[in-house]
Amino acid sequence: MTHHRMPLTRRGFLVCAGAAGATLTMGYAATTGAATASTSAEMISPSLFFDIHADGRVVIHVTKAEMGQHVGGALAQTVAEELECGWENVDLAYVGFDPRHGLMLTGGSWSVNWTFDALSRAGAAGRMALIEMAAAKLGGAPEDYSAKDGVISGNGQQITYGELAASGLSPRTFSEEEMAALVLKPAAERRVVGQQVAQLDIPAKVDGSGVYGIDVTLPGMLVAVPAPPPVRYGAKVLSVDETEAAKVPGYVRHVVIEDPLGVQTGWVAAVASGYWAASQAARALKVDYDPGPNANVSLADIHAESRRLIETEEDTRLFVDDGDVDAALAGAASTLTADYTTGVNVHAPMEPMNATVEIRDGTYHIHAGNQFQTLMTGLVQALGVAPEKIVFRQCLLGGGFGRRLDADYVVMACHVARAVEAPVKLVYSREVDTLCDFTRPAATVRLTAGLKDGAVTAWKSHSASAWASARQAPAFLTPDLSGDPEKKLDGFAINGADHWYTIPDQRALLSLNQLAQSAMPPGHLRSVGPGWQMWAVESFLDEVAAELGEDPLALRLRLLDGAGKNAGEGAMTGGARRLARVLQDVADRGGYAQPREANVAVGLACSAAQERSAASWTACAAEVEVDPSDGFVTVRRLTLATDVGTAVNPDGVRAQLSGAALWGLSMALFEDVGFENGAIQADNFDRLTPLRMWDMPQVDVAVLDSGAYPTGAGEPGVTVVAPAIGNAVARAVGARVRSLPITADKVKAAMKA
Amino acid sequence: MKLTLNGEAREFDVPDDMPLLWAIREAAGLTGTKFGCGAGLCGACTVHLDGVAVRSCQTPVSAAEGAEVTTIEGLHPEGRHPLQLAWISAQVPQCGYCQSGQIMQAAALLASNPAPTREDIVSHMGGNICRCMTYDRILAAIETAAG
Repeated sequence: MTHHRMPLTRRGFLVCAGAAGATLTMGYAATTGAATASTSAEMISPSLFFDIHADGRVVIHVTKAEMGQHVGGALAQTVAEELECGWENVDLAYVGFDPRHGLMLTGGSWSVNWTFDALSRAGAAGRMALIEMAAAKLGGAPEDYSAKDGVISGNGQQITYGELAASGLSPRTFSEEEMAALVLKPAAERRVVGQQVAQLDIPAKVDGSGVYGIDVTLPGMLVAVPAPPPVRYGAKVLSVDETEAAKVPGYVRHVVIEDPLGVQTGWVAAVASGYWAASQAARALKVDYDPGPNANVSLADIHAESRRLIETEEDTRLFVDDGDVDAALAGAASTLTADYTTGVNVHAPMEPMNATVEIRDGTYHIHAGNQFQTLMTGLVQALGVAPEKIVFRQCLLGGGFGRRLDADYVVMACHVARAVEAPVKLVYSREVDTLCDFTRPAATVRLTAGLKDGAVTAWKSHSASAWASARQAPAFLTPDLSGDPEKKLDGFAINGADHWYTIPDQRALLSLNQLAQSAMPPGHLRSVGPGWQMWAVESFLDEVAAELGEDPLALRLRLLDGAGKNAGEGAMTGGARRLARVLQDVADRGGYAQPREANVAVGLACSAAQERSAASWTACAAEVEVDPSDGFVTVRRLTLATDVGTAVNPDGVRAQLSGAALWGLSMALFEDVGFENGAIQADNFDRLTPLRMWDMPQVDVAVLDSGAYPTGAGEPGVTVVAPAIGNAVARAVGARVRSLPITADKVKAAMKA
Repeated sequence: MKLTLNGEAREFDVPDDMPLLWAIREAAGLTGTKFGCGAGLCGACTVHLDGVAVRSCQTPVSAAEGAEVTTIEGLHPEGRHPLQLAWISAQVPQCGYCQSGQIMQAAALLASNPAPTREDIVSHMGGNICRCMTYDRILAAIETAAG
């Protein structure tokens, strides 16, 4: 893997002269419609996207964070397809921060979906410019030449991209109209997109040479390790006694961090010559805290507050409002209501949070792995650092899962570096990483269905949770459907409630749980809102089917009729029928209809995560065995299918789908860190117990390429697993568990009920 | 403190009770061995001590004195140990952070048991967490390397 900053030297080849003289708008934000969070609509040149060098190497600039999804490979394949540069000539370079890229964020399963068209056009523009330059050099018209694998041929002559780069030809710019008019290859002619090329980042991940944030070392660098505060949020440091810490060889000092941004609270860091000394010293510091206002808040209080918000319907936000749900419920022959909840889930990437900061001549040199550079640099600016004084070097991320959308570790490292006036690497211990995580919100979703004459006539959803966007990036809050512009909601807390089942009268409401927001600050965790919304929707669908006396698969297929708004449009054309197709696929391959022995069953779920406008149509069949003596659930097999439109790298999509399935299983059965007295309870991998190899079922995944515009692959697979398991448990032993995780105790209790 | 690290005699000025992990990462500057939990619970820091897989975060550097310490950087001179080749062939890593430890753990297994059963593998690898959940490909790659 090439992991370097490639400067634009004279030997570098600019397709376009650069921003000042460009007439081309090609920021990601301009192609996505995400203008609310965009920083800029300024002119951007294709040279932002790649350089071609005299040796023929093509360095593709990856603005997305590499955290295991091999996104750089998929984006580079997209460029290389149209650039015709030859895949073997491609290197990747991860961009630190550049405002000309607009919103720099890796998340939401957006990366390929948001950039596929723009990067295809950047590649095509590059190819066209190179062909024009070849024609100017060799004679004849551009139409006489064609490009393949980095070589331009025509008029009986040949010239390579590298030779053109070395010859220093004048730049070529493209107008917006020219960019839009570029004709991209039909799918049948693609030679790179759709191929299972080997991931370029993998060799450095098997020989120890890959550089993660934690591997950064600077001359004269000190290491800081924080002491865990007594509560998740709201504590204040009153006094620190460093007598014992000072006895640790290598100890330098402690730093009380009073962060004006409030990204973390109650923090003291021990600073020493290395990690071991700093971690020992952090343990030896005697800190007196004011635990603050959240010290009596526990998970049960958070769920109780959510139930109160749902029951009172005070201050709700309207997300879906089709037809007249009140009238439909009033006219129903019967109604069914159930509450679904989630526990407390942390990200716990294997690489604990860390950042290295060196302040040199007033410039902050920041080394870290981060998913949201726009936010991160904004926070550093909020500390009083001018934008031009921030240099960010993006490193490999030892897991992201949404945790590194936050930048608390960068902010805290900046504070320590300021205090000690030396380069500092701040590393969270595993305990601090867990106890100070921005958790998945512990959500409550109440669903009510109206039933009449065998039909589902009404559907009402009301969710309450903390809202990650309200804390982290309020620009992502969007107006609700009430028409009152002051009434905003966090779509990331409710995406999924707007499902694709045809039910004419339905409503979805969302409430903000302020108690949770304050005591257990929420983050975005892989699968985000659909992770709990689909847990509710898909579990409830099976309960509705049982009430109607109908098979759950048959009910779903009946409701996924693709009528009205569920027909889908644009890239979503096919709509609910595409969901039905993947559902039928997993039902068939997962043996849904086959008779099973006692206490064994297959459950189904499907999901159009992450958003209606960028759905990856995904389904799961989970085969489980339940021990009726103690309620213990063994997942034997997970069968998944996804339709992501066009799979840029099918093997990459399969890897994401398989990993997502097991992540979903781990959260469904094994993970819950607890929250008592204001504090997360588990702090290491003894009580936080993610899935290990011996817990792994057989996993069968299929990528059903529909040829449509590509959507994301990182998260949708998570959303279907928990409800498929819950539905399988209910079919196996008649126990309906409505709170995650599905533990043996809950299954046993539900069997008795 | 004298160590034989990847076949080379090295001397480090570190306290006796410093975990081997930090001597490797910070004193020797070999960062392929990773810090994951600091408690012997995740396996990210796995190295070989005289060919046996150990958790370097739980092994005081004094216990390694006089022993052969092998890290991911020293597993094969060109990074072409059969497991590393199988890892690339199966496209195992996602984020990759745990993979040094996974490979070192697996290498110790194959050195002592060249033809492990699937149960042998699963039992031997159970201490190594992969948060990206690449377990299926890890298993497949070990079976490939074992032939």
